[in-house]
This record gives sequence, structure tokens and C-alpha cells, in this order.
Amino acid sequence: MKIGVFICYCGENIGRTVDCAAVAKAAAKFPGVVHSEDYKYMCSDPGQNLIKQAIREKGLDAVVVGSCSPHMHEKTFRKACQSAGVNPYLVEIANLREHCSWIHDDIPSGTRKSIDLIRIAVEKVRRNAPLVPIQVPVTKRALVIGGGISGIQAALDIANSGFEVVLVEKEPSIGGHMSQLSETFPTLDCSQCILTPRMVEVYQHPKIKLMSYSEVQSLEGFIGNFKVTIRKKARYVKDEVCTGCGLCVQKCPIKKLAYSEFEEGLATRPAVYVPFPQAVPNIPVIDKNVCTYFKSGKCQMCKKVCGREAIDFEQQDQLIQEEVGAIIVATGYKLYSIGKQEEGSPYKGYGEYGYGQYKDVINGLQFERIASASGPTSGEILRPSDNKEPKKIVFIQCVGSRDESKGFSYCSKICCMYTAKHAMLYKHKVHDGEAYVFYMDIRAGGKMYEEFVRRAIEEDGVKYIRGRVSRIFKDGDKYKVKGEDTISGMPVEIDADMVVLATAMIAQQEAPKLAQTLGIPYDKHGFLVEVHPKLRPVETSTGGIFLAGACHSPRDIPESVSMASAAAAKALVLFGSDMLEREPIIAKVNDSTCAGCFYCQKVCAYSAIERKEIRDRKGNLIKTVAYVNSGLCQGCGTCNATCPSKSVELIGFTDEQIFAEIKAFSMN
Amino acid sequence: MNFGYYPGCSLSGTGREFDKSLKEVLKVLDVKLDEVKDWSCCGASSAHVTSHFLSVALPARNLILAKEQNLENVVAPCAACYNRLLGAQEEMNSNPILKEKVESAIEKKYTNHLNILNLVDLFNNIGLDKVKEKVKHPLKNINAACYYGCLLVRPSSLTKFDDAEQPEEMEKIITTLGGKAVEWNYKVECCGAAHSIAHTEIVKNLSKKILDDAIKNNADVIVVACPMCHSNLDMRQKNIVKENKDFKEIPVLYLTELMGLAFGIDEKKLGLDLHFIDAMKLSKKLEEAAV
Repeated sequence: MKIGVFICYCGENIGRTVDCAAVAKAAAKFPGVVHSEDYKYMCSDPGQNLIKQAIREKGLDAVVVGSCSPHMHEKTFRKACQSAGVNPYLVEIANLREHCSWIHDDIPSGTRKSIDLIRIAVEKVRRNAPLVPIQVPVTKRALVIGGGISGIQAALDIANSGFEVVLVEKEPSIGGHMSQLSETFPTLDCSQCILTPRMVEVYQHPKIKLMSYSEVQSLEGFIGNFKVTIRKKARYVKDEVCTGCGLCVQKCPIKKLAYSEFEEGLATRPAVYVPFPQAVPNIPVIDKNVCTYFKSGKCQMCKKVCGREAIDFEQQDQLIQEEVGAIIVATGYKLYSIGKQEEGSPYKGYGEYGYGQYKDVINGLQFERIASASGPTSGEILRPSDNKEPKKIVFIQCVGSRDESKGFSYCSKICCMYTAKHAMLYKHKVHDGEAYVFYMDIRAGGKMYEEFVRRAIEEDGVKYIRGRVSRIFKDGDKYKVKGEDTISGMPVEIDADMVVLATAMIAQQEAPKLAQTLGIPYDKHGFLVEVHPKLRPVETSTGGIFLAGACHSPRDIPESVSMASAAAAKALVLFGSDMLEREPIIAKVNDSTCAGCFYCQKVCAYSAIERKEIRDRKGNLIKTVAYVNSGLCQGCGTCNATCPSKSVELIGFTDEQIFAEIKAFSMN
Repeated sequence: MNFGYYPGCSLSGTGREFDKSLKEVLKVLDVKLDEVKDWSCCGASSAHVTSHFLSVALPARNLILAKEQNLENVVAPCAACYNRLLGAQEEMNSNPILKEKVESAIEKKYTNHLNILNLVDLFNNIGLDKVKEKVKHPLKNINAACYYGCLLVRPSSLTKFDDAEQPEEMEKIITTLGGKAVEWNYKVECCGAAHSIAHTEIVKNLSKKILDDAIKNNADVIVVACPMCHSNLDMRQKNIVKENKDFKEIPVLYLTELMGLAFGIDEKKLGLDLHFIDAMKLSKKLEEAAV
């Protein structure tokens, strides 16, 4: 075998602590090496050409590149070698940057270690076999989890390209938080007016299968070939029969027991309910926890009045299987509860703001409902405690965000904008009212955003005070807001009628559990994590699963929509070809030595080990052995390490190769 | 049941009735206190503002003495002592350089962790059901404003109180004694503390705000667990009356005094006669309710 070694300086990244020329010189003497050189940027076009040229001129069969992590450029170098006629699996990367130069500062020892790393890679590549990628078929259907604006956008984009979509929403209706908003910044157009047509489009789209009140239960398979089990929760209303007439909702005798989730607790709803009039699908759900029938076996009023006989108290949860090729996760956010801590929550509430105790201290979403024409006050700004019009409102920004001691370190990003919007909406409706905003900084980065905030200050006369509020005191029917104006350096005290807290956007509580079900990473806050923060922002580290919207990080509507379209585009790229190439580095069982103990089956995390019967010519069963499903195997090597008779090998990482590497290192 | 006891200077001086009432109440609850032998001042705010080293070394000496006496826990009823002991322990456990310095100054070795309890912790450890058993005269008709002040609850990372901004532990004890805890605004606002001496005017203003809010929310009594808070709220009222004719005086009691009344202990044994604002009235109100 003729091997070529190429050492990269990575500018100064490697060159600063490793004498690259010396490494190249040493490598030239290793067995099998017929060519060795160094270059400033091996990944650049001229660098790649050096490799190609050497392959052609010296007739190389294998290549070792000493450069950055294989995560970064293994693909680049494999592709270059392949174009010059070398099998891509005969290319090995020695990581001289992350594993050596970046973590050492001494040139002689860095150089010595680099030579070792190259020697190891050369010994491995000598034993590499040419491999061919595995081809697997692609199921051209997508699953979108979450029916907020991000999920809706992603589903529509994919469906409009002609591919089927299964849209799963855990609530009775799609629409998400956007359906709760009054008006949207920076244009002040009505949220429902721009959203509901999209919701209807989803409902009527022939390519979209909408599953509301459903949750993803489990996931099997891999990119292009996922099998999803979806739990369709019992609505106790037959969705195939119900016409959405609403008679059951009108007649339900329970009107005041349950707080409406959609109205953020500012109004009540019956036991059988549709979250809001424009809900999609317009099919009610019975809340088992408050329904008289479920509690005492009496009532059944809804059943009596339903002309379609759609009420079914016996309905059970259903498990439904779907096969899809790509998954888009768009599960959204929730607001930080600043009241008493939620059970099991590591975060503390804001007792000093009296939230949960003072009725007129509310959060941003509650204000949205109060300002919304479809809300509990029909859009009149009235405070919850006594339905009076507040003449003075204080808005407090950064509650829970940018506050590591009580909440989260991150900036919740949208609050500066929605607080400006709230204050503006208030001033538009209550002309003689006063609006005060306590802020830390105003972060209005976005098209027409800064102008929007300036408009609130300059045209609508919203008073911005730079500083934090220390405490809110209840004083009769007023709320004394004590804070600091850090510009004048003076304490301020405002007698407010109502206080609105801009609480942080946080991850859904169930997000980590869903991430575990799907096998994708999440961060310490519960937000889902992309594979590369800059260059692959919508992909997860699991192939075929993409992210959209606020499940990834706090973001506003335009950002969520663009991310959703990006995720849809990624799914469509996958659907663009009939076959998918997969890494050939998978496990392989030696039938003649396998004893059929199936320890490998027990340890396999991907359910990739199957049973194979071996029969003689007459068809008599000789033995049953393990068999690796090449579509499912991820090449993790757990079976390889577990097998007691060493009958499983990981192609590309055989015991022989690994031992050769160890030996090469110990030769030093 | 036994607890280690660090009375601190206040409880043997201006806050004598706190010490008296605590011991009376614990007698009823069948709890014994082992006083830390040869204890010294925790340094209070004076050490804290003048020398970081002293602010750790002074309380650390007492922690070491308690450990030498094989105590596992120490009750510090004074909120300031509690806070200083807790802070010093945290520093000694996390700052090995300072620990060494302190050890060489005291000429004693610091070992291990001690469970430091404030007044509320003490009753929670004894058990509120046990407290309830001993109630003879439930605090019917008594509206109490529970005042925590600063040092009992803050810093929250150290004290681990239920909620440093809206605590409810003391209210639970008042309810256990059959009384009613009023909802009010100033339970964790500062009374002015040691500024009482140098800036009396400031303390008078701050204390008045606290008193006003308690009165406005229909409290009959303010309940405290800190001798500094007590002296500010109790002692400054006479001055406030001089300047504000409409001001109505309100008795300020230690939690243990109120508990003692509920247990049916004689008010003089509890030290109720040692207050500036007549606290005996309150016990009369209780007796009337009992009839």
C-alpha cells in the first residue's frame, strides 16, 4: 500500500505549537509512506489540489491528513481523495489541532505528540478496507410536532411542495401562543387576523393530516425511515361525527369551575369546551377533571343535547403508528411563573412583586388577552381585580431573564418589543392613562424595531425609567411600585393601578422528556440544541430531525417563521432523492463463530440486532445467529465490545485496526 | 430533645425578654438547651463593616467551641447572630486560605459542619404538631403581622428560607397557635438596624413605615424574631407619637412571647413587662377572649 501524509498548519492554529515540517519529515520514514508534505491551509483549494496531485503522481492508495478534528474536515478530505480515485474510507484524519496544538503550549512536546498521532493513523490506514456507502430508501413524509406558528409554517411549506405531513398538537387546537396575542409588533396588525387563515389552510390541506390533542409517545428508526407512535388522547367527543355546532358547550352546567388556559386564567370555561371560537379543529374536548359525569356519574347534559350522538364517555386514548422520513420539532415555549415556585422547579419566584397574590400584577400573556378584542374584556383595558380602567400602568422588563440569582442568565429577547407594544396599545385605548416601563437596556434589534420603541416613547408618551423595581406594596386599591432611576440616581415610587411583568420565555416543561424520546440533545434550560450554532442552526445531531421556533431559544414570530421554513427546506432536501447514503461503518456478525447468545441484542440502543436462522441444504435448522440490520445500525460498537466470542466486528474499526493503533503508540 | 444554644449579646442585654420567653416556652415543650461554653460576641454589624477577617473569625470561634462541646446543632435566636454564624461557616468551608488564617488567630482547629438554626427552624425541628398540643389559650381575636426583617431571610442562598421575599414560615406558627396572620407589605423590609444609634432619624422613618403598614392592615401585634428589629420597632414608637398625634401605638412581641401567652405562661415570666409599648394589654385581650 502506498500512503501519502499531509500535515496542515491551520494558519497558526497548529503551526504555533507544532513544528509541522518536522512532523512531515518524520512521517516520511513510516512504513508504507511514500509521500509526505506540509502546507499552510490543507483544506483550501490549493491544499486539496496538493493531495490530488500527489495521488495521481505517486499512485497513492491511502491518505493520512494531520489537521483539525474529523468533525470539521473529514468529509472535505474524503471528497478530495475520492475525486482523485482513492476510496474515501482509505483516508484517515489525525487530529493535530483539538487533540494537540490547542491544548499544549510547548513546541517540542507538541511536535512529538503530533508525530505519534500520525504514526497511529498510518498504522490504522494500512489496515483499512475500501468501503462503499449503504443506500437506504427514503419515506417522503414528514412529522411536525407542535402546531404553533412554527409548526404551521413548516407543515404548509412541506405540504405545498407535494409531500405528506402529519402535524401533531398536544392541545385541542392548533395556533399556539400566537393565537392568544392581541396585536403584533412592529406593525400592530392583529395576530388572529394573520394567523387564523393559516390555521384553516392547514385544516383543509389535502396533504396535511392534523392530529390535535395528541402527543408523540415513542420513536423508532432512523433518518428517512422513522416509525412514530402517537398517542391520540381521548376527547370524549367523536371527531369524525362532531360538526362543531357548540350546543354541548352552551348547555354544559359547569361554567365557572375551570380556568380557561387560553385566557391565561382570566376567565372560566365549561367542562366541555373549545379553547377559543376560531379553534382548529372546531371540536370540543371534555375536561375529565371537572366534568360532573366523570366525578359522580351524573349529568350527561352534553350527551342529551348532541343531535349527532358525538359524545362518547367511554372513549380511550388511541395509539397510532405513522411512518415518516423527517421530523420537525416545533414545541414552542411557556412563560416563567414568577409566583410561588412550581413543584420541582429549581427556580425561585418573584415574591417581591406579589405575583399570584396581587390580582392586578399580571404577566405579558395575560395583558395580551386583556388587550385582545376576543379576550375576557373584549379588548377594553380593565384590571382583573375590580374591572376598573387602570389610569397608571407600570411595566417591568427582564423578570426572570438576565437574572441568574432568581431566574435565567439568558435574555428573553422578545420582551423589550412586546412591552413597548403593550404600553403603546394601552395609550391608544386609554388616552389619559400613564404608562411607565422599567428597563435594564432596550434591545430592539430587528427590522423597524428600534423605530417602534422610539414611537412608543416619542409619539405615545410612554415613560421609560432605566432601573429595576425592588418591591411592589399593596396600598388600598393601588400598587406602590418602588424602584430606582439609575440615570438620575434617585429612588422612584409610582402609585400604579396595574403592573405587567415581562416574564422570561422558558422551555416547555416536557421538552427534555420529548428530547429523550426523540434522541436529540437539550441544554440546561431545556431548550433543544442545534448541531452547529452558526452553520447548521436548524439541524439536530440526529439525522432527519430538525428544529423550528421557540423550542430552540426565545424568538419572535418572524424569526420562528423563517426558522420553520428553513427546517422545512432541510426536510425537502432529504425528500429530493429516492435513496439516502449512509455511513458503511456498521457492525457485522461472523455467522460461523456466533453462538446465538444475543447479548448484543440486549445492549443495542438502536434495536438493530435481529435473529437469523441458518439451515442446511435440506432446510433443517442448524442454529440461530445474530444479524445486524444495516439500516438501523449506528456503528456505536457496543455489540462489538459485549460479544463474548468476539464474533461481532465493527467495519472500519476492527480489533486488528485498534490494536495496531495502540501498538503504534507504544512503539514510541 | 436537646439543642445547642448560642444566646449572643443582645439576649443577655437589651433583648433579655427574648431569652426569658424562649426558655419558658422550651420548658413547656420539654426541650433542653446546652449553652455554648465561654461564647463570645459574633461581631455583629461592627465587625462586618470594619474587617472581613474579624467578621469571620469572631463567629468561627463560637462554631469551634460548639464543636468541641460535641454539639451537632446550635440555635441562634438573634437573627444577626444566626446570619453571622451561617456566613462564617460558609466562608470557613469554602475559603481554605482564610480558614488557615482564622485557625492560627484563634489557635484552634476548625472542623466540620454544624447545623445552625434560627428561631423558626427551631420550632419546625421540634414540630408544629407538638407546639399545637401545648396551646392552652389559642390566640383567638389576635391579628399578628409577622415581621422577618433582613437577616433572618437573606441572603437566600445561605438561609434557604421558603421564600426570601414572601416568607410564610412564621405565619404558619401563628396559625398553629390559633391566631390570624395578616397579609401585609413590609414583612421583609429593613427597619434601619444599627443605624438606630448614629442616624436615629432614618431608623425612625423606616420603622414608622413598617408600623404604619401593619396598623393599616389591622394588626394587633407585630411579631419579630430579632432583638435589633424589636428594639427599633418598640423603642422608636414613643418618638413617632410625639411628632404624629394620630399615630396609634402597637405592641411588638417576640414570637416566643406570643407563644408563651398561648401556652398560658405568666406574662411577667415572659418579660412582657420589659417593653416600651404596653404589651400587657395584649394578654388582657387574650384573657377576655378566653372568657
